[in-house]
Amino acid sequence: MWLSNSSIGRKVVMSVTGIALVLFLTFHMAMNCVALVSGEAYNMVCEFLGANWYALVATVGLAALFVIHIIYAFWLTVQNRAARGSERYAVTSTPKNVEWASQNMLALGVIVILGVALHLFNFWYKMQFAEIIGNPMMGGLHAADGYGYILQTFGCPVYFVLYIVWLVALWFHLTHGFWSAMQTLGWNNTLWINRWKCISNIYSTIVVLGFMLVAVVFFLKGLCCGAC
Amino acid sequence: MDKNISFTLKVWRQNGPKDKGHFDTFQMKDIPGDTSFLEMLDILNEQLVEGGKEPVVFDHDCREGICGMCSLYINGHPHGPATGATTCQIYMRRFKDGDVITVEPWRSAGFPVIKDLMVDRTAYDKIMQAGGFVSVRTGAPQDANAILIPKPIADEAMDAASCIGCGACVAACKNGSAMLFVSAKVSQLNLLPQGKPEALRRAKAMLSKMDELGFGNCTNTRACEAECPKCVSISNIARLNRDFIKAKLKD
Amino acid sequence: MTKIIDSKIPEGPIAEKWTNYKAHQKLVNPANKRRLDIIVVGTGLAGASAAASLGEMGFRVFNFCIQDSPRRAHSIAAQGGINAAKNYQNDGDSVYRLFYDTVKGGDYRAREANVYRLAEVSNNIIDQCVAQGVPFAREYGGTLANRSFGGAQVSRTFYAKGQTGQQLLLGAYSALSRQVGAGTVKLYTRYEMEDVVIVDGRARGIIAKNLVTGKLERFAAHAVVIATGGYGNAYFLSTNAMACNCTAAMACYRKGAWFANPAYVQIHPTCIPVHGDKQSKLTLMSESLRNDGRIWVPKKIEDAKALQAGTKKGSDIPEEDRDYYLERRYPAFGNLVPRDVASRAAKERCDKGFGVNNTGLAVFLDFSESIERLGIDVVRQRYGNLFDMYEEITDVNPGQLANEIKGVKYYNPMMIYPAIHYTMGGIWVDYELQTSIKGLFAIGECNFSDHGANRLGASALMQGLADGYFVLPYTIQNYLADQITVPRFSTDLPEFAAAEKAVQDKIDHLMNIKGKKSVDSIHKELGHVMWEYVGMGRTAEGLKTGLAKLKEIRKEFETQLFIPGSKEGMNVELDKAIRLQDFITMGELIAYDALNRNESCGGHFREEYQTEEGEAKRDDQNFFYVACWEYQGSDEKAPTLLKEPLVYEAIKVQTRNYKS
Repeated sequence: MWLSNSSIGRKVVMSVTGIALVLFLTFHMAMNCVALVSGEAYNMVCEFLGANWYALVATVGLAALFVIHIIYAFWLTVQNRAARGSERYAVTSTPKNVEWASQNMLALGVIVILGVALHLFNFWYKMQFAEIIGNPMMGGLHAADGYGYILQTFGCPVYFVLYIVWLVALWFHLTHGFWSAMQTLGWNNTLWINRWKCISNIYSTIVVLGFMLVAVVFFLKGLCCGAC
Repeated sequence: MDKNISFTLKVWRQNGPKDKGHFDTFQMKDIPGDTSFLEMLDILNEQLVEGGKEPVVFDHDCREGICGMCSLYINGHPHGPATGATTCQIYMRRFKDGDVITVEPWRSAGFPVIKDLMVDRTAYDKIMQAGGFVSVRTGAPQDANAILIPKPIADEAMDAASCIGCGACVAACKNGSAMLFVSAKVSQLNLLPQGKPEALRRAKAMLSKMDELGFGNCTNTRACEAECPKCVSISNIARLNRDFIKAKLKD
Repeated sequence: MTKIIDSKIPEGPIAEKWTNYKAHQKLVNPANKRRLDIIVVGTGLAGASAAASLGEMGFRVFNFCIQDSPRRAHSIAAQGGINAAKNYQNDGDSVYRLFYDTVKGGDYRAREANVYRLAEVSNNIIDQCVAQGVPFAREYGGTLANRSFGGAQVSRTFYAKGQTGQQLLLGAYSALSRQVGAGTVKLYTRYEMEDVVIVDGRARGIIAKNLVTGKLERFAAHAVVIATGGYGNAYFLSTNAMACNCTAAMACYRKGAWFANPAYVQIHPTCIPVHGDKQSKLTLMSESLRNDGRIWVPKKIEDAKALQAGTKKGSDIPEEDRDYYLERRYPAFGNLVPRDVASRAAKERCDKGFGVNNTGLAVFLDFSESIERLGIDVVRQRYGNLFDMYEEITDVNPGQLANEIKGVKYYNPMMIYPAIHYTMGGIWVDYELQTSIKGLFAIGECNFSDHGANRLGASALMQGLADGYFVLPYTIQNYLADQITVPRFSTDLPEFAAAEKAVQDKIDHLMNIKGKKSVDSIHKELGHVMWEYVGMGRTAEGLKTGLAKLKEIRKEFETQLFIPGSKEGMNVELDKAIRLQDFITMGELIAYDALNRNESCGGHFREEYQTEEGEAKRDDQNFFYVACWEYQGSDEKAPTLLKEPLVYEAIKVQTRNYKS
């Protein structure tokens, strides 16, 4: 199977799963922004994405994308370290055009995974998972009360800072990942590389800013109300 | 005229592929600025031989930046600090008095060290043998002008073809990937009408040979492009990716 | 003892000789080809193209190179281009005209029939290379572009940026790689040929040194082809690569192959001048620069003195005080005269005291006029990479505006000086490219055949590929057709053992000298003597002095040499020492030939034989022959001269004239 036994194939898997995840992030970010406008509307979305069959199928699909992306990332890294040989350079220096993110995608990815784990614990576990096991009040609030959980989580400064760190790492990960995926899929040349890089930067910034906006707004709200 | 400089030279010594290897340190005195880097090593070797010691072994040949033989990793850069130049085209005026200059071989599993700074790059030959050619017999072709090739295509093929096979891309790559080398050859031939009939087969054959020889997976860091002495672009890698994916989807 | 030299030139009018030959030569059928082995030493244009073509035909080929990959061979460094008589520019070119220009450029010392064949196959080369995917420069309409070159009045040079040699070599290398992949050619890299093995008077194999393990290995075959390039490094400083050497050619010479016209050494006019005694090689600036660059020195000796003292710069000297000596002396060809003429004219000016750098050994190459005429962009497009290269080496940017005098803009000129570049002489071969030893063939720069006393620009690539693709694969069959019943050889034959032992003894001897001098230091001394006494301007007296000094250098080599390390494993100093020993022998051979040839022609200039205007004066009465030198059993003994008389049927021999 060329998607596993050729280097380009493996990269194609990374690219396709990566792009799918970027799309998911876009959707998620858009959904979050609803909370800025109306808590009620947001909770309606939460209810809609509860333990329904379509939401569950999507969740399983999403989880699969994540898992494949992560497994391939580690696999590629192991292979690449082996290809590097046993001896390391005594002096290294990074050329100007090499982005920091591009050389640290795995480290950034690990931060992103930790962030995802935290996020799953803060929200998914208390919401969709609570519904699945039939204990909607498991997290203290009702499983469909996403708005309440947002308030609760970002009201806590520790969580807020962790989420900001996570989002910054995500931004770096996306700025490289996005254009790199296009390059891997062959949709690139000397002209497009700069376009893609520009698009990557703008797109990643919009997505990450969207997430951050929600975090900041609710953190400030929390400060006013003195939660946590 | 150029000034003379004195500096400390740290050179990797390794007596064969299995040997552990270590750095030797030398004090170089009053080296004229218009000495090339390799001539500076010649001076060092002359001193070593005069002292009855074995000279530092390094690959070099044409000394005008085209044969691709020279291959030194100087102060963290393949082919040293200049851009678009091979090691033999680096002149000592680029360094300052009192500098510490560290010289290492290409380090990559695909290029085992033979001795000191000399590495084995036969892997590149093997990749070429897998498909880096147009299958045409000697003596049979049609007139050279029978197939017109638009100038932009010919120029692009020429840019890809300017690869000298030195291995700096692999040396620079944190993944030990040879994609820039492979893609340059694939691009050159796949762009030209003469290479089109075998384009997809070539992409598959050369890539799988590269994988088989233990080179890494490209993660688009662009270090190869930045360190390439002939400024070969990673847009060639995109073209290789495209042709390879096309080939696999067709299968 | 007179030997009759049979150059095996086919019968018939010149234009039909090659066709006739091919029609009547013996061939080997496919089943028999598989049973025949051929050794090809060298992977440059000639070697790689020959190995690829022979492998493709079905022979079993063993191909050797001293570098880590066939692609490193020094053919790669040729910048300018390759000639062919395509007449794509409609400027009146033809096979005959290319033939004529080459013979004339070679100062009427080449073998007519060989040159005609070269011109004839030149067009096939371009077709072949285009089919291989060589990205030659093209016009907007998609057709191939041409440029003009020294020694021709038509534009017939095909090029690929400033990297034509590289692209052609990569083409041949890819053809070779295809055959290696197919299993018809077995490739041995980092191997150096040390001797040729003769069995019953025929070349049947070689002894090669594995440069990584240091071991000697034996290889047997039905025929041996050497394509090992020229001997320019006998001068130490040259435009040749560091590894270029004449050891394989000398091994053949010592086994009885005649060495022809060693004195014909080409000095390239446009190299970056020597800057110091640590220099390891000279860098060539492509001859194509002479298309738009103008060569000059100051008219006034005081200006030259100021330039030498460093108190003035080239751009300080106004137009009226510049002496464009090539345009002055050769109005018809101007800056595009052949290389030997341009080199000698530069030497003449410098000898008169008009040199322009601190050593007084340089002339200017100026782009002010063309930058003003075409704009810097166009000039940079044509020569940008050469300008950058020049700047990296010398710290001067030739495209930079430096001065303005009376409304005329002056840009930084380049400084250039002639340097050893190519050797027209080489192993003697007949029309079939076979040496005087049966079964031993020589192709490319390492044979003597096509360039006479001087090679025109963009002709070396042409000859290498002509020999490798289109000539040798045919002519070698004429020899091999008789060999089909000869079984494969064993390398256990006593001849192989003896040859290996001789090489081993030589190595042991060199290792045991245990003197005090490094190989390079002796090589530099050799270079000085060669350049001083056997260089651009030669005299009988100087050559005799040179020969005496070469004897001293040999003695010094034999008693003072020091090689560190051991003979086991890789030992680069040992490898260089073996080559140096052969360079010394080669140096003597050049001097003997130069001393014998009492005339001036092409790359061989004897100061006693010049016209009043300082032009080369040939002596067709007495020297209209190829000088073949035969080894006399010891490096110490002078070789004997054999003559192959030149017979010109198609061209009338006349004085070369580039003035009108």
